[in-house]
Amino acid sequence: MPVYAALIYAEEGEATPEEWAAIMADHNEFSERAGAAGVVAGGEALQDSNTATTVHVQGGKGGEVIHTDGPFAETKEVLGGFYLLKCQDLDEALSWAAQIPEAWNGGRIEVRPCIGFTQE
Amino acid sequence: MLEDILRDEGGRVLATLIRLTGDIDLAEEALQDALVAALQSWTREGIPQNPGAWLTTVARNRALDHLRREAKRRQKETEALLSFVPGHGDDRLQLIFTCCHPALSLEARVALTLRLVAGLTTADIGRLFLQPETTVAQRITRAKKKISVARIPYRIPSDHELPDRMRGVLAVVYLIFTSGHHAHEGSLDSRFDLAEEGVRLGRMLVALMPDDAEAHGLLALMLSTHARRRARLDAHGNQVLTAHQDRSIWDLEAAAEASRLLERALRRRRAGPYQIQAAISCLHSLAPCDVEIDWPPILALYDLLSSRHPTPVVAVNRAVALSKVAGPEVALPLSSAFGASKSGISFGQPERISCASLLARKKLPTPTDRRLLSR
Repeated sequence: MPVYAALIYAEEGEATPEEWAAIMADHNEFSERAGAAGVVAGGEALQDSNTATTVHVQGGKGGEVIHTDGPFAETKEVLGGFYLLKCQDLDEALSWAAQIPEAWNGGRIEVRPCIGFTQE
Repeated sequence: MLEDILRDEGGRVLATLIRLTGDIDLAEEALQDALVAALQSWTREGIPQNPGAWLTTVARNRALDHLRREAKRRQKETEALLSFVPGHGDDRLQLIFTCCHPALSLEARVALTLRLVAGLTTADIGRLFLQPETTVAQRITRAKKKISVARIPYRIPSDHELPDRMRGVLAVVYLIFTSGHHAHEGSLDSRFDLAEEGVRLGRMLVALMPDDAEAHGLLALMLSTHARRRARLDAHGNQVLTAHQDRSIWDLEAAAEASRLLERALRRRRAGPYQIQAAISCLHSLAPCDVEIDWPPILALYDLLSSRHPTPVVAVNRAVALSKVAGPEVALPLSSAFGASKSGISFGQPERISCASLLARKKLPTPTDRRLLSR
């Protein structure tokens, strides 16, 4: 069964405890529903992008390791988490992605097929 | 030094791989991959202790990957071909829905539909859209790759998805049609005509989806518009506004077919934007001359259209209809928002604006458009 990564991009900001609780409740609901359907193959929520460190090795393998504070791309919307979704095809993956709360809370969900499934 | 080792060891590895697989092409391809990997890795980290073993291992793994993929694909294809019973139905509708899938860019949907459904070559498509053939070919290649890798399904969408997806298909067909109608009159050196292709695709959709009222509406709209194609341009290739067109060279047969299709569609009582626009177009065609156009029903249709699809173009056209029914003093305040001049609203204004917005959307300036806009 193909696996799709549903990458959650959203603006970071101060959420009130109520807003946070509401989003978590929506995520829990999604996880339960998608989990019961046997779709969820994994997923994580990420800490804020100001906790990110970007690593780059300069001059090929074994070269100088360069660390940069912050995410790879400085954009307003950052990768905030992801689900791995086991779906029959893109349509199914897209319909699940549309049920991830950030899809309607000002964020965007990028759906990308994982490479592994072509060999399965 | 490195090259010598690679050539020397490579020959051995190739011989071994051919013995193991019995497939020269496969062996060559696997070796090529291994050589590239070796060149990258060895220049960085030095030549390994046993370069032959290194190359053999990498090449063997590449060949295995390849065989596993092939074996699975070929088995599936073989089974599909063996169980195929001829005459089981028409697969084109699946193909259309795949080509017009919303996960593809609009340009890709148009190009794929023309290539795979309409059967045009990439060269033809390039000529029609004034784009290099390589651009079109790349666009199609990328789209096919996405269909395969992301698994865009090859099927008719389920009932709950169908209305949305059908709207998407109709939009692609109408875009193909309008591209032919607005873009490059007079500069065409192709065997094909995008407007004709749009009509042809419209007929195909009506045949494949006989119960879809909007598919009928779209075909009616295209035919009704297409009926005026001979009168749309003057001898210099300038666009002639509808009010000034020579009605005697309108294609009455196409206009009549449009009316028949529209009647059939409206009986289903599921009026959508294409049926409404077709109705407006047919009302224009039915009038024996410009002054006899029956404006009150046209205004009512624009009211309906603007309540459901409030776009600037619809709003301007509605203002024109309103000025015909109630006088320019009623319509002018409405239309000033769209930049209409004090001299009143002429039929030219909305067409000019819609043409300008089309042009802005498509970024395809053509001689005809430029002439019309600069007047």
